[in-house]
Amino acid sequence: MSYCKQEGKDRIIFVTKEDHEAPSNAELIADDPNDPYEEQGLILPNGDINWNCPCLGGMASGPCGSQFKEAFSCFHYSKEEVKGSECIDNFRNMQECMQRYPELYPQEEDKESSQAEASSSSVSAAPTEGSALPPETDSTPATSTSDSTSLIDNQTAS
Amino acid sequence: MLKCRTVWKKLAPLARASSTVCRQNVRRTGLTSSRIPACVPVAHMSTGPAGGGRENQLYILLVGAACVGGAIYTYRTVKGDSQRYQDRIEEISSRSYKRATAEPATPIQSEPSAVDATETEVILEPEPEAAPSLEPEAAPSPEEPSPPAPDAEVAVPETTELPPGGPAPDSLKVPSHTPYLLIGGGTASFAAARSIRARDPGAKVLIVTDESDPPYMRPPLSKELWFSDDPSVTETLRFKQWNGKERSIYFQPPSFYINAEELNGAENGGVAVLTGKKVVHMDVRGNKIKLDDDTEISYDKCLIATGGVPRNLQVIERAGEEVMKKTTLFRKIEDFKSLDKVSRNVKSITIIGGGFLGSELACALGRRSTEYDLEVVQMFPEKGNMGKVLPEYLSNWTTEKVKSEGVKVISEALVKSVVCKDDKLEIKLKDGRLVKTDHIVAAVGLEPNVDLAKSAGLEVDSDFGGFRVNAELQARSNIWVAGDAACFYDIRLGRRRVEHHDHAVVSGRLAGENMTGANKPYWHQSMFWSDLGPDVGYEAIGIVDSSLPTVGVFAKATAKDTPKAATEKSGTGIRSESETEDTATSPVASLTLAPTVEQHQDEYGKGVIFYLRDKVVVGIILWNVFNRMPIARKIIKDGEEHADLNEVAKLFNIHDD
Repeated sequence: MSYCKQEGKDRIIFVTKEDHEAPSNAELIADDPNDPYEEQGLILPNGDINWNCPCLGGMASGPCGSQFKEAFSCFHYSKEEVKGSECIDNFRNMQECMQRYPELYPQEEDKESSQAEASSSSVSAAPTEGSALPPETDSTPATSTSDSTSLIDNQTAS
Repeated sequence: MLKCRTVWKKLAPLARASSTVCRQNVRRTGLTSSRIPACVPVAHMSTGPAGGGRENQLYILLVGAACVGGAIYTYRTVKGDSQRYQDRIEEISSRSYKRATAEPATPIQSEPSAVDATETEVILEPEPEAAPSLEPEAAPSPEEPSPPAPDAEVAVPETTELPPGGPAPDSLKVPSHTPYLLIGGGTASFAAARSIRARDPGAKVLIVTDESDPPYMRPPLSKELWFSDDPSVTETLRFKQWNGKERSIYFQPPSFYINAEELNGAENGGVAVLTGKKVVHMDVRGNKIKLDDDTEISYDKCLIATGGVPRNLQVIERAGEEVMKKTTLFRKIEDFKSLDKVSRNVKSITIIGGGFLGSELACALGRRSTEYDLEVVQMFPEKGNMGKVLPEYLSNWTTEKVKSEGVKVISEALVKSVVCKDDKLEIKLKDGRLVKTDHIVAAVGLEPNVDLAKSAGLEVDSDFGGFRVNAELQARSNIWVAGDAACFYDIRLGRRRVEHHDHAVVSGRLAGENMTGANKPYWHQSMFWSDLGPDVGYEAIGIVDSSLPTVGVFAKATAKDTPKAATEKSGTGIRSESETEDTATSPVASLTLAPTVEQHQDEYGKGVIFYLRDKVVVGIILWNVFNRMPIARKIIKDGEEHADLNEVAKLFNIHDD
């Protein structure tokens, strides 16, 4: 049984679980998935990779950024049977570069690059992707990461 | 046209005369014609009659020559004008690049805005080509503009080579030109650097900061770092995240950055950080800045992310050296280090200020109070903690929570004077109360750093402080501002200035995107959060001002609704409690204060609070309800009037976990 009280200009409503059982009749405006103002996920509406996606952490902006971009682009646009099979050289370059910066790219490299591939093949880059890329991903800005990526999930779901 | 007609009218008699002569000649030669009268009107229209006649021929020749002469003159004038125009355009675009040799200045009086406009057009082309292609264009027309001539001449000896791949001839450590210059080395600046590097392949970004540290995040300085059980935390600056993983407060380890000297030569570009240097002067017309050691650096695009300086109370400033020595204005890493040291060595600390920083520090220090026999006092003019943010009932509830963390809270306290007596500080309040303490922490707000506004000629906002920028965070064509120092136009919520971490990240990213040609306005609403102990945590978004009317929808809290439980279950990176913190507080809080705490928790355990402005929701607080920020963001983005906010609250499923 919900009840309501007013303290000056502030209104306080207490609700039980039953009160909130009926679905909401609040109307929300439908989102335009191609809205240029909105934060985009990993893949842009035109099919390109969004290098500025928070889910990539600092992979595209670090010292090995250009190698990463080449490898990832090659993989993304690959039309082979085994996706990315022609991109071995690019990935090798990337690995070599990353090995020069062990502080930035710790030895879970293989896991990272394969996870990066996995994320590119699915449009919804789940929040776990963001957290699986240490130390590039910042914990507190990951809030906006998880916000933006889960917003994408909401959009695709609705 | 009329002119032509008058000219023709003048020529008509001549034409008639010449035709008469012609006719006479014809008669003389025996070719009579009875159509003499008819000839006359015809003669008006034609330039010359058929047939011979030396005068006619002369006339034809004259008129023909005149026409040809006119055509030639017109052609040369137009050609000359267009050539002058081309020269002028080249000169304008070359002016900003200072590729000048000692050539005489041409008297050009174009406005700086025209310079900026043409420059912008030139620059906002596909980015990778921009830098290298502009160099050759600028080189062929090295003309020195007259007004900034003295400055330019100073810059000339330094800028005689093309940046991309060019050797650095001068022995200066600092590059004399950088495509992207970021003033300030905080969160916004780092987010912009990352954004620029992601979007502009091979970009060279130079960050100039007056701090001695590379970019780091601020929230742990008043939260997680205090809860660490590592004795060397002040050195390592590492903290435990929600998932148990440790990380440093620095965004990236030093190996991420390249040295400033190597920036120009770096094949794939990079981010260089110049620490310990302050930008003291900005020349917007000349697109360059001057450091405190008189080094000049010119730029193509510049971001001002200077953040702010903690405010101080006037009474403390006037109180003298002794009092200032025992006062901490908390903002930077060095402040954290010194306060940590102080907290271990004194008996009593007083925090002045009841907002985010003050309350968080009070809770953090309060936790130490049992360990170190430390008295922690917090005083502020409002009625309760977060009095300017939370509605009164919630602010009171929060104050009780802070008290349960071991803090002596003195509300409605206005400081009248502070004196140093017998090596202790005596704070006298306006209502007569006296507080004796060893050390003061002043957390009374942030003064945005707009030192560069004067030399740069940038607008400062009088309502909110900070640099005034548009919805795309732009102050001038090549200058953007982000973070705490930016007073920007929010399309949904109006002009504002936000001092939160996520806003610094969001605005820094946006500024970086716009510096690389995105032209997007501020649209993705940033959020903020605060934890006051393991039992109270909230996330908020939009305008959260306690002076606005609010509607709060609450559910009964269960033991599952705490920040700690939320992180363990959901596994998202929002909360940042460590396990050690849990064990430290549970014996204290739950045993002695269990009865009263339970009662309060019954009332405001978890819920959603809507802040309204003209019946539209402009701000939302998620009170002990987590992972629902996208819904909150959507409601604010829609900006609709909702008749029943309880229905809107249903969208949050506050009863679920």
